[in-house]
This record gives sequence, C-alpha cells and structure tokens, in this order.
Amino acid sequence: MDKFWNSLANLDRRWLFALTFLAISIPLLTGIVLPQKVTPMVENVFNAIDELPSGTKILMPLDYDPSAEGELQPMADAFIRHAAQKKHKLYFLTIWPTGVAMIQRQVATLKKEYPEYVYGEDYVNLGYRPGYEGVIKLITSDLPKLYGSDQQGTPVAKIPMMAGIDSIKQFPLIVNVSAGDPGLKQWVQYAATPFDSIEIVGGTTGVQASTLYPYIPNQMIGMIAGIKPAAEYEKLMFEKYPEIEKRPNSNMANVFMTSQEVAHFMLIAIIILGNVVMWQTGGRRDQS
Amino acid sequence: MKQSNVIWVVVMLLAGVYLSWRAVSYQAGAVYVAPKIVADADSGKSFTTWSKVPSVESSNPGVEISWPRTLGIWLSALFTLAIFSFLFGDNVVYKVAESIFVGSSAAYAMVVGFWSAFMGIFVAQLAPQFSQNTFMPGDDRTEPEWLMLIPLAMGIMFLWRLMPAGGWISRWPLAFFIAVFAGLRLVSHFEADFVVQIKSTILPLIVFAEDGAFDLKTSLWNSTMVLGTLCCLTYFFFSVEHTGVVGKISRVGIYLLMITFGVGFALTVMSRYSLLIGRMNFLLKDWLNLG
Repeated sequence: MDKFWNSLANLDRRWLFALTFLAISIPLLTGIVLPQKVTPMVENVFNAIDELPSGTKILMPLDYDPSAEGELQPMADAFIRHAAQKKHKLYFLTIWPTGVAMIQRQVATLKKEYPEYVYGEDYVNLGYRPGYEGVIKLITSDLPKLYGSDQQGTPVAKIPMMAGIDSIKQFPLIVNVSAGDPGLKQWVQYAATPFDSIEIVGGTTGVQASTLYPYIPNQMIGMIAGIKPAAEYEKLMFEKYPEIEKRPNSNMANVFMTSQEVAHFMLIAIIILGNVVMWQTGGRRDQS
Repeated sequence: MKQSNVIWVVVMLLAGVYLSWRAVSYQAGAVYVAPKIVADADSGKSFTTWSKVPSVESSNPGVEISWPRTLGIWLSALFTLAIFSFLFGDNVVYKVAESIFVGSSAAYAMVVGFWSAFMGIFVAQLAPQFSQNTFMPGDDRTEPEWLMLIPLAMGIMFLWRLMPAGGWISRWPLAFFIAVFAGLRLVSHFEADFVVQIKSTILPLIVFAEDGAFDLKTSLWNSTMVLGTLCCLTYFFFSVEHTGVVGKISRVGIYLLMITFGVGFALTVMSRYSLLIGRMNFLLKDWLNLG
C-alpha cells in the first residue's frame, strides 16, 4: 500500500495536465450543458437592458483583448444579442488599442444575425482613442471633441445616430465589458459616480471582480463577473427570447461553464487526494 | 531517458500523427467564405465582401476556401500549442512564440495608436486639407486647429531625451502628464472609492419593510456589512495595541479578510480555467472541426 501512496506522491505533474485536458475537452465535444440557477445580480443586469424602451441609446465600451476572449467573449455576445433583440441603438468604442478587433467581432455578429441593423442608424463603431481614463473624463462633457469621426474616418456629422450627441450623459445606460485597467473601474469612477444620470452595468473577468463588488449597488447596477454569471445571463435571455437560442454559438457561456464545472470537480478531487497522499506518506517525497 | 519522458514523447508523437491525419482527411482549420455584393449609395459603385460560412456549406455555389483565413487559423493554433509547450518545461518553441506575441502586440498597438491618435486626431485637426486629400476623404473640416501645436511641441519635447544633449527637456512634458493624471485620479478616487464608499456603509442595522414587518434578511445583510467593515478597519488600526476587545475584533477582521482573499483566489482560478477553455474550444472546434 505504501508503494501506491508513494507513487501518487511522485506522480508526474504532466498526468494532471492530461487529466485537465480531458476534463475540459469532453464536455466541449459532447455539448453537454448543465443547468444554471440565476442569481439576483445577473437578473438586475439583465433587467437594466431589458426594461429600457426599444431604441434606447446604449454606450458599449469593449475594453478587452484576445487574451481575455475565452472569458469575456460569451458575455459580450450575450449583451449584443440581447440589446439587438430589443432594437437598442448601439455605440461601440474602446480605450484599449486591441479592443478594436473585439468591436469588429461584435459588428460581424450584428451583421450576420441582425441584417436589419444599419450602420450609422442602429449602430456605430467609434473605435479607439488613446488617453486611458482621460478619454472617459473628456467624453462626459464633450464627446465630439474626441470622437470627431468613427473608426473608418467618417465624420460624426455624417452619421445620423450621432446627431445631438454631446456627451455620454445622454446615454441612459453604459454596458462595459472589461479585462483590466483602464476598464470598468474607471467607467465607474469617472462616469457613473460623478453623474447621477449615468447608469452602468458591466461584464468583467473573475480576477477583477473582488475589486469591483464594493461599487454595487450605489455606483453600478450590477456586474457579470466571469463565465458563471454569463451562463446565467444566457439562460435568462433564452427564457425571454427563445429564438436567440437557435442561433449558432449563442450558448457558449453555458457550454464553457459545463467544462468549467467538470474541471472544478476534478480540481477539488485532486486537492482532497493530494491531502490524503500527504497524510499517508507523512509528507515524504522520493526526490530521485 | 526517464521512463516518464519516453511515455510523453510517445504521446506527443501519437498526437502529431493524429493531427496530421485530421488535417489531411477533414481539412482541419479550413475556412470557407461566400461572396456578397454590396452597393455604395454615395459613390454608386459596388464591391464584394466575403463572409465566413460553415464548412458544411463548402459545396454550395460561389463558396470557396479562404487561404489567408485558413493560414490565420493554423498559425493561431500552432502558436497556442507552442505556448502550451511550456507545460513540459521552458523550451525554444515557447520562447519564439512568446517573443513573436510581444513584438506583434506592441506593433499592433503602435499602428492602431498611430492611425487613431496621430493621424486621426492630430494631423486631421492640424492639417485638414492634407487629411482630406489622403486618408480621411469624408472629413469636412476646413480650418486648422492651431491649439494642436501645443501637444506637437510637447511631443517633440518628449522625444528630446533621444538627443545627445538637453535630455532634461523631456522632463517638462512628463511633469505635465504626471500632474494631470495625479489630479484626475485624486479627485476620482476620493469621490468614488472614499466618500461614496463611506456613504454606502452607513446603513440601518434594523430594517422594517413597507408594511411595518421586521425585515430579517436585510437587517442581517446590513449588520454584516457595517460590522464587517468596522472589524476589517480595526485590523488596520495600529495606534492601539491589538489585545483584549480590540484584539478579538481585529481577529474577526482577519477572518473576513481571509474569506475575501479565498473568494478572490477562487475567482482567479475560475478566470484562468475560462481562458484555457476558450483556447481548447478554438483548437477542438475551429481548428480540428471536432464536435
């Protein structure tokens, strides 16, 4: 028996990598989706978009890059589909240079799934502007000063949906998806906190979440932090708009979450097993 | 060679053989596109755009393979595997992929910054005629914005540090930016992270619902919030020795902080797994056409 415990104590860590690979891959390949229970915070975020009258102007800063795509793309997709389903007017921008490509992905989704959405009338891509949080600070008072043209260089004066937009205080809601600083924290600090008229909901990585929870509910309506609440958001969306569920890749957060849950079970089992091995071997490890 | 290393070399070779077979038999990573003719109302001209279609539609009329996009998928997959190779130890493939990633990210940010900021804002405002004739034909500005000369001067001063003499000149614009951002951050942090946070913690400990009934849930929630905050603050209050009642309160503060760190760590684990799942999804579905 000692030999068994010793072999476990000296297990090559690459077997654990292989196990992780299997734990993640099998749910992805089989397409199994485990049920999710919707939490009140996700419900608040969903209602913030859903209860707005159709055609409301929503500012959508997408401040993330491909390195956070695995975690943030499903929630960004869900936000876009939900907002488009409600026929809201979408204003995309980013304060991350690499966010431009992320906006282009969302624009591609809109073009494919909502062909009735017309550029310049229903959505606009204002692109990237440098200046970190300085950008947010400036557009709370004068948006055209910084965004004189859209991503393609078209003057905002020639974009119908930009008519009459002087500052972001005219947007009833900001929906931000962010992977770090500058991001959701700065949108709360520079836009939502000083101006009572600006409401914000966000999607962010699990890593950032604990620093952002204190802003809820007084400075931020709610937040989707990581893939779990994103899966809950999809569930709410499918319940209210079943037609979205039929679209390809519309349930990515749920598929990813199932892989996540299997991986978590595996991780918990490994932690328990590791402690049992430690207890059985007295902490000895063959160094040879 | 150690037995475990032999096993892993065999596993890797088998994986390589499988990938090669998959690539040939199932056209792994192949991206198919369909044309769409779009008419431009302003110019009266039409142009063709190509959009991605599922591989099951590859035999439809007009659909063809897109070699640049296919190459992009393959490069992306191979670089992902190169980064994953770090799991088996530091190696040259990983180093090459890492260096290319750093270099291309920096170049991408520089190019986007150049066209968005330097050309899109600076040149477009300072020389509107030039920008209209070259890269922004739709722009209708006619008068130059002479105030842009100030950032131009500051930019030149910034670059002065590259000159053999007078490097101190670059400190002036640097001092300006530090002062501006320090001022901006001071005000925003004071309001968002101090004043409003204190306001958010001033809560009634005993709450009654609108019908006059005692609201136990909200009362417990508010009490936990207020007492938890006070306990954590006590832990960071070092002017009084942490003994007796103060010691016990600060001990509760430590426990609460530990719970917070635990939550943060668990969220980080979830986050990292999400990134891995995202890449695995790309490798299995977008590249290998599995599932």
